[in-house]
Amino acid sequence: MKFLVCISNVPDTTTKISFTPDNKEFNKAGVQFVINPWDEYALTRAIELKEANAGSTVTVLNVGEADTEPNIRKALAIGADDAIRVNAAPQDAFFVAEQIAAVAKDGGYDVILMGKESIDYNGFQVHGMVGELLGIPTVAPAMKLDMAGTTATLEREIEGGKEIVEVSTPFVASCQQPMCEPRIPNMRGIMTARTKPLKVVAPVGDPARTQVAEFALPPKKQGVKLIDAANAGELIKLLRNEAKVI
Amino acid sequence: MSVLVVVECAEGEVKKSSLEVATYGAQVAAMLGTTATAVAVGEATEANLAKLGEQGITKVLYDAEPRLKDFVNNAYTKLIATAAEQEGAQVLVLANSNIGASVGSRLSVRLKASLATNAVELPKTDGGQFVVKRGAFSGKAFSDVVLSGDRKIIAVKKNSLEAQHEAGKTAEVVAFAAQLSDADFADAPKQVVMQEQTGGVLLPEAELVVSGGRGMKGPENWHLIEDLAKALHAGTACSKPVSDVDWRPHHEHVGQTGITISPNLYIACGISGAIQHLAGVNSSKVIVVINKDPEAPFFKAADYGIVGDVFDVLPKLTAAVKELN
Ligand SMILES: Cc1cc2nc3c(=O)[nH]c(=O)nc-3n(C[C@H](O)[C@H](O)[C@H](O)COP(=O)(O)OP(=O)(O)OC[C@H]3O[C@@H](n4cnc5c(N)ncnc54)[C@H](O)[C@@H]3O)c2cc1C
Repeated sequence: MKFLVCISNVPDTTTKISFTPDNKEFNKAGVQFVINPWDEYALTRAIELKEANAGSTVTVLNVGEADTEPNIRKALAIGADDAIRVNAAPQDAFFVAEQIAAVAKDGGYDVILMGKESIDYNGFQVHGMVGELLGIPTVAPAMKLDMAGTTATLEREIEGGKEIVEVSTPFVASCQQPMCEPRIPNMRGIMTARTKPLKVVAPVGDPARTQVAEFALPPKKQGVKLIDAANAGELIKLLRNEAKVI
Repeated sequence: MSVLVVVECAEGEVKKSSLEVATYGAQVAAMLGTTATAVAVGEATEANLAKLGEQGITKVLYDAEPRLKDFVNNAYTKLIATAAEQEGAQVLVLANSNIGASVGSRLSVRLKASLATNAVELPKTDGGQFVVKRGAFSGKAFSDVVLSGDRKIIAVKKNSLEAQHEAGKTAEVVAFAAQLSDADFADAPKQVVMQEQTGGVLLPEAELVVSGGRGMKGPENWHLIEDLAKALHAGTACSKPVSDVDWRPHHEHVGQTGITISPNLYIACGISGAIQHLAGVNSSKVIVVINKDPEAPFFKAADYGIVGDVFDVLPKLTAAVKELN
């Protein structure tokens, strides 16, 4: 079985977000970039399934410029076999989906996995776009994935419950917890990752369909109004009469 | 030119988030000088669909094919695309839900449309551009995106605008057949399992949420959270470590890697307020924090706070709510 796992390079989850003075771009200065936390579920589950199915391979794919390579190497250290980087700054979700679909089209992958969304753009779009571009089913967001031959059984989250879905390969799934426990690289993995193949390919496709005009930070909070614990019931009155939310 | 609104229904009712989406769609239609048609998915009654008139919808298309009761990605995508072509829709509006994200992304490719998810405001159309404000960086920022394609799809974040209710207005409900084949149902669910919800309130749709963290000490204490939630008719949530150790189910975990919610009121009990937790809740309108540590970072994001022990404070709050009711 051939797995393709798409990873994006995102600001570390503890990053304080700021923008360039014209508010047109994210301010990368001093920011550490990590593998998108949702993508770690996709990566780890693919590696688990590879280990359970002899002869399987896991390829990681990233659309990004050369500065994303440390995180691609990290994915290789966690256990992927090889990697492809599409050499382009991601413009929008559709642009990224086109790159993934172009790589997938010629690669003969059985299963394409990615995280539910990236924690920076929060698009929750790429999975469906890739599925549609390739004309194959998408299951999003998936909380569980098991494979038996060419049939996959997935649990898909719906508001207030879950659906059990069965699809045949090839398919796309966007992953979220509790799919697996994401792995961290060990020393042996880090050593072997250095020699694993990382292919760089040129981007394809159409211009982006969306452009960011401006970023903004949310308005600052007024500050907290403290209520004495001994008089906690007072809070309920404030929520009704002052905040008017109950 | 028209606006097509996708409304999700379950057990005959239109979901609350879809009433908001219908209102959003009707307001976009008014901006563009046109009308808003809805296409219903899921299990609906004609009477409830007609009531979408109250949100400003003029016409509702409904395909009563029984296999459409549960979500089927391919079938829903084809159904909505067929409706969009029939109506000549230039703008499609749907909920930023798991269904909305699944079909919205497929539709954007099929209809060659620009897509903005997580929209938090009505679009701006000055200067010939179509600009949508959306949440980004896990609730830590916003971005204005220009949708440059001829067709646009907008997925609206829950609780971003209030559903309008103009009593007595009705929409015309029209039977609609998308001519779906068996192949369109190949990815139909084998089984649908619904979870138990505290007090029957679905967390993603809840207007009020009571949430507990590691400070609750153990699952045996959760009745304190549930009692307050029941008294308020609120949903319940938790922090990540709480669901990681199975004190609470995973679908209640909110935050950067959990679900994102934007209720009118979020009450955080024994939660420190780590940046990853805040990412899932910081667009709540009012945040209340109860924590015995006055230095807990959550107080910085809170509107109201009580420095105190949850085991002492929660029963007092529940009693106070009961007194009000
Ligand atoms: C990549 C990544 C993603 C993450 N995603 C998420 C996420 O989606 N959601 C999430 O929640 N976390 C997430 N986390 C974890 C996050 O960093 C915090 O560890 C977590 O939110 C802490 O949960 P907590 O506040 O319940 O527990 P703690 O940090 O242990 O805080 C417990 C709090 O309870 C208070 N307390 C203790 N006893 C009492 C009492 N009797 N009365 C009142 N107060 C009391 C303490 O003062 C303390 O402030 C993520 C972390 C990483 C690295």
